[in-house]
Amino acid sequence: MKTKQCPLPYNPKDLIQLAHGGGGKLTHELISTMFYPAFSNPILNEQHDGAIFDCKEGRMAYTTDSFVVDPIFFNGGDIGDLAVNGTVNDLTCCGATPLFLTAAFIIEEGFPMSDLQRIVESMKKASQKAGVAIVTGDTKVVDKGKCDKIFINTSGIGIIDPNIHIHSDRIEEGDSIIISGKIGQHGICILSTRESLGFETDVASDTASLNHMIQSLSESVPIHFMRDPTRGGLSSTLNEIADSASVRIELDEESLPIGESVLSACELLGLDPLYIANEGLMLIFVPKKHAEKTVELLKQFPEGKDACIIGKVTAKNTDGAVLLNTLYGGQRIIEMLRGEQLPRIC
Amino acid sequence: MNEYNCFRDRDLVDALAQRIRQRISRKWVIMEMCGGQTNAIARFRLEDLLPQDLELVHGPGCPVCVTPQTIIDQAIELAQEPDVIFASFGDMVRVPGVNDSLLSVRSKGADVRIVYSPLDAVRLAKENPDKQIVFFAIGFETTLPVYALALKNAIHANLNNFSLLTSLVTVPAAVASLMEDPENRVQGLLAAGHVCAVTGLEEYEKLAHCYHLPICVTGFEPADILWGIYNCVDQLEKGENSVRNNYSRIVNPQGNIKALEACNLYFEPIDQEWRGMGIISQSGLKIRKEYEHYDAFVRYKITQKRSCYTEICLAGDIMKGKIQPTDCPLFGQKCTPDQPLGASMVSSEGACAAYYKYKRNENKAMSITL
Repeated sequence: MKTKQCPLPYNPKDLIQLAHGGGGKLTHELISTMFYPAFSNPILNEQHDGAIFDCKEGRMAYTTDSFVVDPIFFNGGDIGDLAVNGTVNDLTCCGATPLFLTAAFIIEEGFPMSDLQRIVESMKKASQKAGVAIVTGDTKVVDKGKCDKIFINTSGIGIIDPNIHIHSDRIEEGDSIIISGKIGQHGICILSTRESLGFETDVASDTASLNHMIQSLSESVPIHFMRDPTRGGLSSTLNEIADSASVRIELDEESLPIGESVLSACELLGLDPLYIANEGLMLIFVPKKHAEKTVELLKQFPEGKDACIIGKVTAKNTDGAVLLNTLYGGQRIIEMLRGEQLPRIC
Repeated sequence: MNEYNCFRDRDLVDALAQRIRQRISRKWVIMEMCGGQTNAIARFRLEDLLPQDLELVHGPGCPVCVTPQTIIDQAIELAQEPDVIFASFGDMVRVPGVNDSLLSVRSKGADVRIVYSPLDAVRLAKENPDKQIVFFAIGFETTLPVYALALKNAIHANLNNFSLLTSLVTVPAAVASLMEDPENRVQGLLAAGHVCAVTGLEEYEKLAHCYHLPICVTGFEPADILWGIYNCVDQLEKGENSVRNNYSRIVNPQGNIKALEACNLYFEPIDQEWRGMGIISQSGLKIRKEYEHYDAFVRYKITQKRSCYTEICLAGDIMKGKIQPTDCPLFGQKCTPDQPLGASMVSSEGACAAYYKYKRNENKAMSITL
């Protein structure tokens, strides 16, 4: 005979409640027991309404990004490290050394506290790895159903070395184009976790902060331009660059680094890896004579171990265009992504 | 070397292209039936490797393209019913009806789910007993067995909230219709391997014999397609009219007998409208009367209407192989993937969409090369 048991008592502390964002006691508890200990640094610990810090003369870079990824936990990372790495990499693209981040959370009522703890821990690790401090933040809780689990916004400030000038105007005819790793990893990883697709893959997200690698590179190589090819993939980013710099870009299909699992998943789902999102890649434009050295230097970092030259700038002061030299000697246009890439029937 | 690299190998592709160039002695027009073949040809620029005497024309083998606009409008209407979860393949949701697309009504609150398989829709039906799940079942013989399986599973699970809105088409009747067109230019056919893997080759043997049409069954990788083209040219040069299975690693001449049995159990032939091509006799399939409970047309008392829209572009002529996409004056001007005006631009698998993606600005690309 079954013995009657009391159900486990409902513990409101296990779940995020509206009051955690209400500015009262629960908000204070959440901040002081979770956020302050994890992100502790002298500026944050002042517990001011905003972050107060000294600034030097010169140029700074300032950026913001919001993260709404679903699922929030995936192979290779989670929404937390994505939020830190994304903003760090955006600053890095500007040629800046990232210094400070803000973190704002919009959380759905009923979100498990343990998941929030896990996300905050990974933000802590990612910010430590990137060498940035999370100096101020905000927490809001919305009614159940008003947002999907958790959204995070991070803003970042970085300082730009006076000798570094990263601008699309600096791209020159003959520049080599280098990618720091294999393409399509993040997008395929996220797609594969959507249960409706019903396929499994070992592909892990490439999410990573690239600032240390790029900083080291910029000490030895005059980088003309760089950008991280995130949403819309390599094709969309290259088209943006070609347009804004009025340059013609040629890629060599043979040299594109695509992992076998990503290639197989793309063939299966009818997707083009050139349009799949990345989160830990940098596209770098350097003078041709520095191309080999750039690849060599990138390869010294784990995030750059698959770095390679994928193409070149073949003309300047022209209509922006991205062309692909196919495996068989033909050439075709590479367009910007139209709408979302949707799985096809065949 | 994985399978993709193996059938994309440059030396192999070059050698096959050279054999085609050596074999051809006069002009020939060959149609590739399937949008997958068209896309591979455009994506890998295979036409650049072929002799000028060989003209490839692009057939009506894109299931999204040939789905009539009236059915798309009926799907959009159904998707807006409050108790309906409307499930569809991803590439159908973008196709515009008269005023909306499934994607645009989703943003207005309709419950439209993009799924990868009809079996996901069966799962949705099990998980949502208080909702009606309608799956937009479009496609050729390739997709048919999985619809049969979905019906089988739904019947087995005794589901009363699952139905298919069908627009199903079959290849052989369409080929016959193309060949009987007095203006037909097609002299050889590349049949789609994945369709033949289900159906087998019997119907194609009849077509080859009846219309003196050499047919080669191909896969979708560059080497597969070139091997099929070589065999088609070889037959044309010899004056042969047979079916050659150039995709024997996948296609069994008898087809997939189990799949065919399941399809015959649940579906029966009907006259079917093809977008851009009109009604073709016995070229479609509907759910048999015994299973009409699962037929969304019956469940929602929808009358199948013939499209009253006239397409102002030349998609019909393009899909019949009479002209090339770039011959249409609207191509790339008023008709683009963002605002498609005709069948072969509505899906990324369509010939016009493939030309737009890979071959538009060809002159620009050429001048850049020079």
